[in-house]
Amino acid sequence: MWLAPMSGVSRNLADWKIPFVLLLAIGPLVGFVTFLTAGLVVSFYRLVGRILAAPWVAFIIFIGAIVGIILLVWVHAEIFAFVHSWDQWDIKRGADTIPVVDIHYDYSVRAIYENGIKGQKLPLPLVGGVCVDAPVLSYVLWPLQFKIVRDLVAVGGIIGFISIVPGFGIWWERKIAGRMQSRMGPMRAGGWHGWAQSAADGIKLIFKEDYVPPTGDGLLFRLAPYFALVPAICAFIALPFAGAWVFRDLDVALLFILAMLGVEVMGVILAGWASNNKWSVYGAMREACQMVSYEIPMGMALLIPVMTAGSLNLGAIAEAQGGGFWTWFIFKNVWCFAAFFIYYCAALASCKRAPFDLPESESELVAGFLTEYSGFRWSLFFFGEYAAMFVIAGLATILFLGGWMSPFPAEWADKFISPDTNYFIKSIIRGVVAANPLWFIAKATFMFFLQLWIRWTLPRIRIDQVLYACVQVLLPMMMAVLLCNTLWILFVDYYQVGWMMMLDKVINWILAGLGVIVTIGMLAIASFGYRHNKALVGTMAVDQLPGK
Amino acid sequence: MEDIAFYIFAGVSLFSALVIVFSKSVIRAAVGLLGTLGGVACLYFLADANLLGAIQLIVYAGGTLILIVFGIMLTSQSPWAAFQPTKFQAIAATIIGLILATGIIRLVTMAPWKSRAAEKLLTQSPAVKDVGESLLTTYLVPFEVASVLLLVVMIGAAYLARTEK
Amino acid sequence: MLAEIGLQHYLVLSALIFSLGVLCMATKRNAIGILIGVELVLNSANINLVGFSKYQTGQLDGHVVAVFVILLAAAEAALAIAIFMNFYNNVRTIDVDRGDELRG
Repeated sequence: MWLAPMSGVSRNLADWKIPFVLLLAIGPLVGFVTFLTAGLVVSFYRLVGRILAAPWVAFIIFIGAIVGIILLVWVHAEIFAFVHSWDQWDIKRGADTIPVVDIHYDYSVRAIYENGIKGQKLPLPLVGGVCVDAPVLSYVLWPLQFKIVRDLVAVGGIIGFISIVPGFGIWWERKIAGRMQSRMGPMRAGGWHGWAQSAADGIKLIFKEDYVPPTGDGLLFRLAPYFALVPAICAFIALPFAGAWVFRDLDVALLFILAMLGVEVMGVILAGWASNNKWSVYGAMREACQMVSYEIPMGMALLIPVMTAGSLNLGAIAEAQGGGFWTWFIFKNVWCFAAFFIYYCAALASCKRAPFDLPESESELVAGFLTEYSGFRWSLFFFGEYAAMFVIAGLATILFLGGWMSPFPAEWADKFISPDTNYFIKSIIRGVVAANPLWFIAKATFMFFLQLWIRWTLPRIRIDQVLYACVQVLLPMMMAVLLCNTLWILFVDYYQVGWMMMLDKVINWILAGLGVIVTIGMLAIASFGYRHNKALVGTMAVDQLPGK
Repeated sequence: MEDIAFYIFAGVSLFSALVIVFSKSVIRAAVGLLGTLGGVACLYFLADANLLGAIQLIVYAGGTLILIVFGIMLTSQSPWAAFQPTKFQAIAATIIGLILATGIIRLVTMAPWKSRAAEKLLTQSPAVKDVGESLLTTYLVPFEVASVLLLVVMIGAAYLARTEK
Repeated sequence: MLAEIGLQHYLVLSALIFSLGVLCMATKRNAIGILIGVELVLNSANINLVGFSKYQTGQLDGHVVAVFVILLAAAEAALAIAIFMNFYNNVRTIDVDRGDELRG
């Protein structure tokens, strides 16, 4: 039945309708294999420990992860593009149903095989002659015609990405904190610079005692971490990683992400209240005050790129920055430049991230609203915080730094491609020169790194200074910037006053030059510090554990 | 598929509303209100009112609800102090509520709503541009009056909540 | 109930939430509980507006009026909380049954 010849098989099997029962068996099979692997790893922990302690394992995992992610991203994009191209086939779309479950579908397995797979060759450069004429592929691709299956695959991708971000972010933060304090950071868990520290922390937190304060409100105590975590994950619904790489292309995407970041306040307040502990309540109230106050300058600063691009749709805003790094909105005029910094400060405060981390200040209120939380519930709060940090970094890149567009103008990609270039090479060139989700991830990672850098450099500020900064500094500045930007766009784009347009271009070039100088300067300072690290920090620069 | 989604969101909203009515502590009622607001926002997204759903989440769930919770914390005597209505009040209120619900539902299901022609239905979310335009052309007077009203409310609330020293 | 989702589904849901809001207003003695009931009633009106906008007129008038309703609800909640805080400072309790004397 699987590889039956095309011609003249019995009527019902010739269209190769798959019984859904087979698909239902894949889930439990995958779960069984996962649990078996986890059980084997735990029982043979000594062997696994010796493997993980070898330094070369870290490099294999790191490089393998990068290559694997790139391949996964590319293959997934190609498959989805192929599935979307099925709409162009000129076949009669009937109301076929599967007898087991009453589901209507458009393309049967045979239709997919005949129109899409038979006679196709792999579009790779070296192995281009290999034929992919295998009916098994049409079985695999058949479920992808339903929107819900594609949505489930996308959700799996999003949740996978969200799980990696805090895991990597926590290790990276501790290494950066260590280096900035002239020490090494985690070095023991895993052979190379403690790369398995996040995994070790996660396992420790799972085994901790699940303590719920008996006099507080138990139900709300258990519910509060989810109110802080779920909105941060839901913000990824509207956050695009590239032009077509968005779960739902909302035309109010920016407002939706802002709304999700606003609902997180509720989780913090409930956490403080349900702990029945006056320090937690103080921390929660101060935190809610801070988060809600800073949403105002943040929202107003987000209006500046919206006005410049003319749409709330994040894809349209990023597409408007496609002409090379001098068209990025941060370099467009002085008002956008100022808006970027105001947005970044306000977003740091809204994410309760240092130097505004008074709510979770470890030296003052024990731990603020997190005092009574331990173990897995605590880690849920931190997952939400790191996910929100990445959302803020992603918004900053899309709105101000060109999103997924490369620093080169997108038109240059056409200079390297001729009509008969290999499809694979063509997509690589377009990816490097024009637009790619990896550019977005690289820029967002840099913005994320900036948040970690700021945290371990600046001291914490008091709550009255926090509110002073919001209401008496950022808010008037933001109102002035908004007014001036409106007038600027009016005079330059609509009335097209001559001398103002020239001034606009000159300011654009000056700011772009400033950006280039700052980037080169930062790279120069970093390489100087790396090459002269012994002179800068003395004996601490030796890369080995003490006592060895 | 949209039918299932409608029933799920409507169920979440109704369940949260029931939590509000029957919960003993007012902070749990506030959490129920968050559930209702979220469910209703999802219904707005389902009914092609994207901008309205986003505004509901930002203003209502992220603003008004926080205000209500702050009010609860500033006026609470202890986490477990709750005021219960008397039995007579509770029963009378339930009967009135049932009569109200039944009456309105019968009215609504019996009325002959003339359905317009199919092309008049809202099939896709109105563009933000159109909403903004109508706010500044058709609805200009309510827009300006609302801004003056917000100013008055800010002044009034700041005055009313001042601490006498 | 198993018909295709139409106007009446939205109206029935709105009616149910409205009556639950009225029930909440009638049974709560905490003033902020009453305010929560008011919010429920306003939300039910908004659902009504959105339902009509989708299934009857096809225009965005319902959405714009719903925006105004949300705006007014936020303003009214702010003022109500201010009044309740004043009440709490004077009467030392938030129980509305104690607010039955006209003093001072």
